[in-house]
Parts: sequence; C-alpha cells; structure tokens
Amino acid sequence: MAFDIQRVAIAQMAPKLGDIGANLERHHEYIREASAQGAHLIVFPELGLTGYQTQDLTLEVARSAASPEIQSIVDMSKEIDVLFSFVEETDDHRFYVTALYASKGEVVHKHRKVYLPTYGMFDERRYFAPGDRFDVWKSSLGTLGVLICEDAWHLSAPYLLAMQKATLLLVPASSPWRNTMAAAEFGSHAFWRHLLQMYAQLLGVHIVFANRVGYEDGVHFYGGSGIVAPNGSWLVEAGTGESELIVAEIDRRLTRRTRYTTPLVRDERVHLVASQLQALLQRGDFGAPGH
Amino acid sequence: MRPDIEQALRLREELTTSVLEGFLRDEVRKVGFERVVFGLSGGIDSALSAYLATRALGREHVHAVLMPYRSSSPSSLADAMEVVRDLDIPHTVVEITGPVDAYFEQMDKLLGEQASPLRRGNRMARERMVTLYDLSAAMNALVVGTSNKTELLLGYGTQFGDMASALNPIGDLYKCQVRQLSAYVGVPQSILKKAPSADLWADQTDEKELGFTYDDADEILYQWVDLRLTPDEIIERGYDASLVRHIVQRVARNQYKRKPPIIAKLSGRTIGIDFRYLRDWGH
Repeated sequence: MAFDIQRVAIAQMAPKLGDIGANLERHHEYIREASAQGAHLIVFPELGLTGYQTQDLTLEVARSAASPEIQSIVDMSKEIDVLFSFVEETDDHRFYVTALYASKGEVVHKHRKVYLPTYGMFDERRYFAPGDRFDVWKSSLGTLGVLICEDAWHLSAPYLLAMQKATLLLVPASSPWRNTMAAAEFGSHAFWRHLLQMYAQLLGVHIVFANRVGYEDGVHFYGGSGIVAPNGSWLVEAGTGESELIVAEIDRRLTRRTRYTTPLVRDERVHLVASQLQALLQRGDFGAPGH
Repeated sequence: MRPDIEQALRLREELTTSVLEGFLRDEVRKVGFERVVFGLSGGIDSALSAYLATRALGREHVHAVLMPYRSSSPSSLADAMEVVRDLDIPHTVVEITGPVDAYFEQMDKLLGEQASPLRRGNRMARERMVTLYDLSAAMNALVVGTSNKTELLLGYGTQFGDMASALNPIGDLYKCQVRQLSAYVGVPQSILKKAPSADLWADQTDEKELGFTYDDADEILYQWVDLRLTPDEIIERGYDASLVRHIVQRVARNQYKRKPPIIAKLSGRTIGIDFRYLRDWGH
C-alpha cells in the first residue's frame, strides 16, 4: 500500500542572518533535492528564511504571507509539500514567528508561534506577537499539526493537536546548545530527544524535528534533526553541527499498530480535562483570558 | 574541589572541542577572514586557544606571536616555542621591552615617580594588544582571545589589554575546564603542570596574587553564576564566608571590564541600548 508510506525530508540548514535572498535560494535548492529524492514533504527549521536572532532586523526581514518571496516557495509546493518558517508581518503590522504549510501550490495552513521564550538567552517577546491557537490540517500524510520550537516545551500544545486527531507533528526549531558538561544529562539535545520520544509514545504520533545548525554571535545551533515514530524509535537522525538533507519513510501502519496496542489517545478523558480546567478558570486561578 | 562539583564541571571533550572548532571556523569565515593571529605566552590559556585555532583552521591559517618582556621567565618563551613546534605553526617573536621601557622612561619623568608594578603590567598587556592588532591588519587575520571564564569573571586581566580580542573560544570555560580540554587536545606536559602566572614579574603566580586557588574560585563561581545559588546558600554548603563574599564582590566590581563603554542616552535610538543587532549583522 504505497499510500501508507510517505517519504519525509528535513533540511537541516544554517540560515544566513538577515539575508532573505540567500536563504530563499537555499530553500529552493533543498526543495528540488528533496523532490528528486522522491520525498512527499520537506520540513525546514524555525526562521529558516531569516536566521534566529533577528533583533532590530525584524523590521527589515518581515514579509507578508502574500509577498513574492513567500509565494516563490508556495509555488514550488506543486511537486512536494513544504513546511517553512519566516518572520510574518500582518496588515496591521504585527510581527510573528510563522510556519507555513504549502501543498499543490497553495497555502494550506499557517501557524504563528504561541510560546515566545523570553528568559535567559531568549528575547522573542520583545520583537514578536504571540499566536493564539493550535490547529490541525489534512494532507496526503494524514492529519498534521505544527509546533514551533518552544511551543513543543508546553505539554498542552502537542496534546491539543493530538486531540484534534493529528497523527504527524512537525517541529521546526532553532535550538542552541546550552550545556556541554558531561554530567548535564539534560543538555538541550538530550532534553529534546526525551521530550519528543515521550510525546510520540504518549500521543501515538510521528514527530518530525527540524533543527537548524550554524552559529550566531557565538551561539551554536546544534541540529540533531530527526523523525521519531509512535513507538519512540528514531527513523532517521541528522548529525550535530553540519548542514544536511535527511530523508526517511513514515509508515502509517506502524501508527495503526501502536495505537491499537497502546490506545492512550483513544482512552483520553477530554471532557474530564476540559471540565476541570473550566472549573479552575471560573475560580479565577489563571487571571484574565490571554494569559 | 568537591567530587559532585568536579563532576558537574567535567566537559564532554569531543563535543566541546567540535563546538569550539566550529565556532572559530564559522565566526572567522563569516566576516570574510581566513586567518587568525594570537599571543602565545607559554601559559595554558593561550596554548589551548592555539590548539583549537589550528585544529579549526589549519596550520597555514594561524599565526602565533610570542611577546616577551626582559623580565619574562625564559621558561615561558621555551614553553611557547614547544607549542609552536608541536603544532608546526608560523610564529613571530616580538620583544616588547623597547617600547614598554621607552614609555616608562618618559612617563616616570613626567609624573616624577616610578610606575607601580600594576601600571607596568597593564602597559605590557596593552603593548601586546597593540602588537596583535597591528599584525591583525598586516596579516589580514582576526585576533583570537585567550581569556577564560574564571579570569573574565574575576576581572583578573587588563581591560583593552589581554582581554581584547575579536573572538574568544575559551571565554566560557572555567580554569579547571581549560586544564581538562588542554590535556585532551595535547597541550605539552610542561605547560599543563606549571603554576599559572601572568609572568609580569619574577616568581609571580596568579594564585599567590589572587589570594585563593583557581579550584576554589571555579567551585564558588560555578555555584553562584551557573547554578544561581546566593552567596549565603554557598556559605551554608560549608564554604569560607569571607572567600565567597570576596569573590562575589570582585566579580561585581569588575563588570565594567566586560562591557563596552557606556553611552549617555540622548536620542530615541542609542548604540548599546536600543540599537539592537548581533555582531553577525551584515555578514
């Protein structure tokens, strides 16, 4: 059953800070290469078109979803589905960290990063507005959802996608090394691996993790992209540090078997969760909406 | 050092080395350079920078500069030459005695007093900086820094002197980590084993001058800076209260050395305050 097996590519790349032209070219090249390798989908890292720490370059690199540069990638999705990320500017001039999913020459889904880390070495909320929802969409690969980097560090986000019947989560990221000490079991790479394996197993989903590489002012983005299956095994893993295109086959029959063997999503008590959260909201435990 | 702290500070050597080599390649080439230049004192910090730079860029793209003063220990030059030989890298020996002595000959007369060892030491460090930056232009090579995290935090260095560089691969490594990584990349034994010294005068050692050991400093700094324990919490763990307070005060007092000059804000957009771009901007 050819339909059950889909080839997914990840472009683990090092965006050039602030240089949309150069990054666009790289995107086009990777899309062609993935297409030539028979992939049905290619996933790019968070802010692959702009680089991560855009700071005051935000004003220069922001693009509307309708801009010719963005459209040039959407046009290439006639051959292969593409998930890519850039700084989006809306008509009322808000700036978002956005991921677009394009298929058959059309934009099928737009996700605006909900959780903008603004602590420690991160400063995103200074420049960007937060998105306000997690939605899914359908493609030939099944029901999909996207979590941009920090989105995935909030338990509720993959949960909401899974409850909307997602079977494949795409996670574009710009995640830096934060601890190279031996005892740090939970350096950022190890943390991501544990997190994604656990989500995949708890939610019975495939997860595509596309992390960038390269350096920005000494900050090292480590890569380590890969695809983890519903049984927690890694189907493919990129190395750390180098740009590369990796491809693996996702087999939905594994999702089917896993969800039958361990039916955690089936047994989830959504009403219970919703009513308890509702009760907490009514008690005023979480302050005003929007928080 | 307590075993748990020692364990926590222990680096994954191969990983750390590859991140630092990648850092040197990426940040040098991104700004249009192929080459680096650095001072090589015969001490462990500059030796580690030399090994990392050579591994990252290749021996034909690095240049070591040995800058002895007349009171420098001959063993320092010999140790630096050992690094040059081991790495088989190009080098230049630039005596700084002439310019430094000429300066103080004039300045001592103008001020009517002999310069203190501190002023003389600062002048030597800055003479070396001036030399490196001149060679940077002459060789089209970026200056690689050789200050580690311990001395940067303690402010145990000369502002605009040995603390100056274009990029620094070892500035996030504590002294004990510099030792670990140096052994890993093959820094000669004679350098690994000797007591660290700024070598500004005879028999000077860092630890004598600081009044505490690097291990003590690393242990306290790690818990305060990295783990964010308060000084009181560190003291509760059994560390000497006056030493903890002394180190913490020293770090705060020397913050100015780690920052570019502050600018009086007048406009709506001021360099250093709300004109925010990475240095990588435009490259």
